[in-house]
Amino acid sequence: MEALITNPILIGLYILILSIFVGFEVITKVPPTLHTPLMSGANAISGITILAALTCVRTDDPTTAKILGFAAVVFAMINVVGGFLVTDRMLHMFKRK
Amino acid sequence: MKGILVQLIYMASAIFFIYGLKLLSHVRTARKGNTLASSAMLVAIVVTLLEIPGFDPLWIFAGILIGGGIGAFAAKKVAMTDMPQMVAIFNGFGGGASALVALSFFWKYGVGAESGTLADNIGVAGTVSAILSIVIGSVTLSGSGIAFAKLQGLMTGNPILFKGQNQLNLLIALGMVAVGGWVGFVATGSTAVMVGALVLTLITLIIGITTVIPIGGADMPVVIALLNSYSGLAACAAGFVVENNLLIIAGSLVGASGLILTNIMCKAMNRSLGNVLFGGFGGETAGAANNRDYNNIKQYGAEDGAMVMDTAESVIIVPGYGLAVAQAQHACKELGDLLEKRGATVKYAIHPVAGRMPGHMNVLLAEADVPYEQLLEMDDINPEFKRTDVVLILGANDVVNPAALDDPASPIYGMPILNVHEARSVMVVKRSLSPGFAGIKNELFDFDNTLMIFGDAKKILQELVSEVRNN
Repeated sequence: MEALITNPILIGLYILILSIFVGFEVITKVPPTLHTPLMSGANAISGITILAALTCVRTDDPTTAKILGFAAVVFAMINVVGGFLVTDRMLHMFKRK
Repeated sequence: MKGILVQLIYMASAIFFIYGLKLLSHVRTARKGNTLASSAMLVAIVVTLLEIPGFDPLWIFAGILIGGGIGAFAAKKVAMTDMPQMVAIFNGFGGGASALVALSFFWKYGVGAESGTLADNIGVAGTVSAILSIVIGSVTLSGSGIAFAKLQGLMTGNPILFKGQNQLNLLIALGMVAVGGWVGFVATGSTAVMVGALVLTLITLIIGITTVIPIGGADMPVVIALLNSYSGLAACAAGFVVENNLLIIAGSLVGASGLILTNIMCKAMNRSLGNVLFGGFGGETAGAANNRDYNNIKQYGAEDGAMVMDTAESVIIVPGYGLAVAQAQHACKELGDLLEKRGATVKYAIHPVAGRMPGHMNVLLAEADVPYEQLLEMDDINPEFKRTDVVLILGANDVVNPAALDDPASPIYGMPILNVHEARSVMVVKRSLSPGFAGIKNELFDFDNTLMIFGDAKKILQELVSEVRNN
């Protein structure tokens, strides 16, 4: 039993399922007016894969693995920086009367 | 930094992501929410950098600077009208990054391994996650590329269909499963794993292409929303590969968000996701409707249009994709302001699938400084058309086609529409009588209370502004 509960994959699955529920709850409340910023903002959040990409570029990694990791860092950073900035640019334009 | 502290900081980041998304539910707080989420990302990145043992600063900082630079440049330069393709391509990069992470793992633990299969070296769960990460990530990358090309006009927006297409896709998908299973659980030795991983990546890239080309330009809102969801799920899979819970949380939040938007878009078109993906629907000129189908077209010029506008006390403007194509949002706002100054009430009616991505019209009109309170959703504005003097339709078509309400034979029957035909007069600004994405005739154009002004939306709006001003 103890071994089961500390199994990272199992914990990961718990987290996955609970987060999906949280996501549904939070995101259904976003009004249609903000659907484009929601999409680009969520998009930037999916760039979280940058954390995994960073761990793929270590000095002692084989060169090909490192090159792939480097490409992953570039791709993820485009996603993160571009996504958050463009969302901010859009939200800046939404004005009241 | 010690592991437990890193985990606690990751947890704080997860909370900020969720809270940031929560703040997106009000226009007032949305910008703060985005700032919060981006700060959480920054903190997570910094903490990860401090945590990695023996990371290679040259490669990492080069990657961060190059990627960040490209992203910042693109975000600064993109026109609001081009936002759908921008989001599409960003989705692709996110998915691509997750696939590359998994490939890097393949190289380190599969190709570089002394002996055994990948599953022997990193475990069954890790292997399955790595394969899923490659599959979802590559499909997202190439599918987003095609969506980008369609939206940017680099390739035809029409569905590309051929005989046996779905069967071919099924065959490729089966090949993918076979290669995926083989490379993770059977292949040993560097050459076999290397070739297998590359073939798997190639097949999944092809699937992304072949599944998006049959989808028409007008159905892109659904595709972008779905790819958005995929990019999140790919990050989730990568999270299982590197055993990082923050990736799993953030990825599934995005996955859920994309699924909700996909569902909203499908409902707004009264179609199932399966029909959108495999129906070969949504071409710009797919149908057979043409000028001869109409027998009661009343063509007006801007001058006559301005006279109708002049007496109106209430005006509702219905923007569509044509507004974006013509970049007419500023001219639109100018006309709206002018009419308001002359005492009319002006509102904007936004159909959920107007434009090429969810919320596309709202962003365009926000750019032109139209206050967001003036933009009304379909269900809120529909009861008002009855009491409205003039409805001005700018480049919208199927979302105002009354056939959706009363013609069971129509392919769009049952789709919720804006009931513009209930207004006293309807003014349609359109380039020609060509049909919309459903490829069918729009009965509205034949109605007695409808008048047509043919031309580019921006040009017509500018003419209307000067005519109304002179009256």
